[in-house]
Amino acid sequence: MSATDGPAKVTDLADGASSPGEHTIEPGSSSWTATIRRQAVQTLPYEKLFPDSQPTYVASWIYLFGALSLGSLAVCIGSGTILALKGPGWWHDGSIGHFFNSLHLWAVELFFFFMVIHLWGKYWMSAWRGGRAKVWMTGAITFLVAIPCALTGYVSQSNFDAQWISTQAKDAMNSAGIGSFFNLLNFGQMYGYHVFLLPLAVVGLVVAHVLLVRRHGVVPPLES
Amino acid sequence: MSYSTYKQRNRELNDAARTWRGGYQPYDLVKEATIALGVVALIAVVLAILFSSPDEHPSSIRSWSRGQPVDFVTTAVSELDGSSGTAGYGPPYNHAQIGQHIAFIHLQQWFGVAHPINTAQDYVIGPLSQIPGQPALQAAVATYTHASASQQAKWTTAYSNALAHADVEPQPTKTKPETEPAGASDVVVMPPGNYGPVTTMMNALLLYAQAGGLDGALLRSGQFYSTDYTKILMFLADGGLLASRAQAEHLLGTQWGMMNETGSFPGQSWLWLYTFWYQIKPFSTSANADILVVAVMGVLSVLFVLVPFLPGVRDLPRKIRVYRLIWREHYASGS
Repeated sequence: MSATDGPAKVTDLADGASSPGEHTIEPGSSSWTATIRRQAVQTLPYEKLFPDSQPTYVASWIYLFGALSLGSLAVCIGSGTILALKGPGWWHDGSIGHFFNSLHLWAVELFFFFMVIHLWGKYWMSAWRGGRAKVWMTGAITFLVAIPCALTGYVSQSNFDAQWISTQAKDAMNSAGIGSFFNLLNFGQMYGYHVFLLPLAVVGLVVAHVLLVRRHGVVPPLES
Repeated sequence: MSYSTYKQRNRELNDAARTWRGGYQPYDLVKEATIALGVVALIAVVLAILFSSPDEHPSSIRSWSRGQPVDFVTTAVSELDGSSGTAGYGPPYNHAQIGQHIAFIHLQQWFGVAHPINTAQDYVIGPLSQIPGQPALQAAVATYTHASASQQAKWTTAYSNALAHADVEPQPTKTKPETEPAGASDVVVMPPGNYGPVTTMMNALLLYAQAGGLDGALLRSGQFYSTDYTKILMFLADGGLLASRAQAEHLLGTQWGMMNETGSFPGQSWLWLYTFWYQIKPFSTSANADILVVAVMGVLSVLFVLVPFLPGVRDLPRKIRVYRLIWREHYASGS
């Protein structure tokens, strides 16, 4: 950018002119970007994505557990990020590191606790009705993927717990052939799975789950 | 109810649940999410402050050989003669056996030896060969490696059998520094017998382990950096130290250990069903217990995901009627 470009653009924006991009896409454009945008908005309009009203039947404490699961996942990721930033040995050495490890542990326990109650609640509501089977399925798969996510955390602790759990759990992995490429005794591999690959899968599944919930709405009561 | 009636009933239930035509109430999604995050963060912080988290120090070959020298030597000689758990494991560590299977499905065998371990070479002969300045030791190693397999077996069998009568004594030729911890240089004194070079090898390996050298030797991977603890953990697990610590912490498989944690902390309680199968027959007595449990849990996991499509399972909520409690206000209002 030349020295003279800056002030001119600032003046344009200050005058309230639209950004150049808004003039280049026509309503019927067949560009990939425009097509995806149109489909995304049709599938999940903003009023569904960020609703400011909900059906009157949504009036039970059981509905809180989905949000509490999300909240505990956020605390897991936040505390885990701090632990990852400082490295795998940090939490053994001082009280601050140990506190963040404790926070991470309890956030994981809360995540599973809330998730299990959420799943049971949705089961008793038959929450898959009305084309919501994918909502249930993404939730169930999230639970299943969260299990190895936690397991890799336990074997990444670099303490006695990690030694015992990894040497015991390897037998199940090996019996199914999984141990040949997913080696619980390889700290480096497990740490990579725990801090990146499996959390990425869990977060991706949770995002898909929440978007599906927003798209289909909360399942109405069974009429009986 | 006939199958066609059942299908029709489910279709009606699905159609009725597609859209809600009743009333709505104000709702603030962002506010709810923010409050949920705040509440959970607060609970987690309080739990972390009140209960902390466990961090039992890991065992090392050094601490094991100092604390339980006879168990260490017993394990080492079992690695040398190929009778240890690792030596007889099969894939992915060696070809000692084909591993677990279900009928004709041999996944453990099919995925092959991905993390090869030659217990005699990796745990005993290799580390001893790297100890410099001990010609008598190197001669003992050479004698052992050049002997016939039957001669080797005679020596190791005699040594293993005699270990039950072995004593542990401080190293006689060494002046023990006052700062040296107990067991730092204890030796295993064997009763008289024909052990060939095995006694020399085991004594040297014990001293090497007590000094911490074997920990480093088993982590060496040919590269400067190493994060793979497979060999050292398999060796430790062949011994009795990890199991005795685990038993004291109620972590054994027979103690539902998979879902427990050291101390009184909650562990991976979500593994309760996985752990459950190991407590009952045929799993608790089967040589293929692990693959059987994996298979059962794999099938149950698929069924769990497919609940919306499973007749019977998906119908249960309508019959048990817990939903009447969940939506009691809705039903009470008659909306």
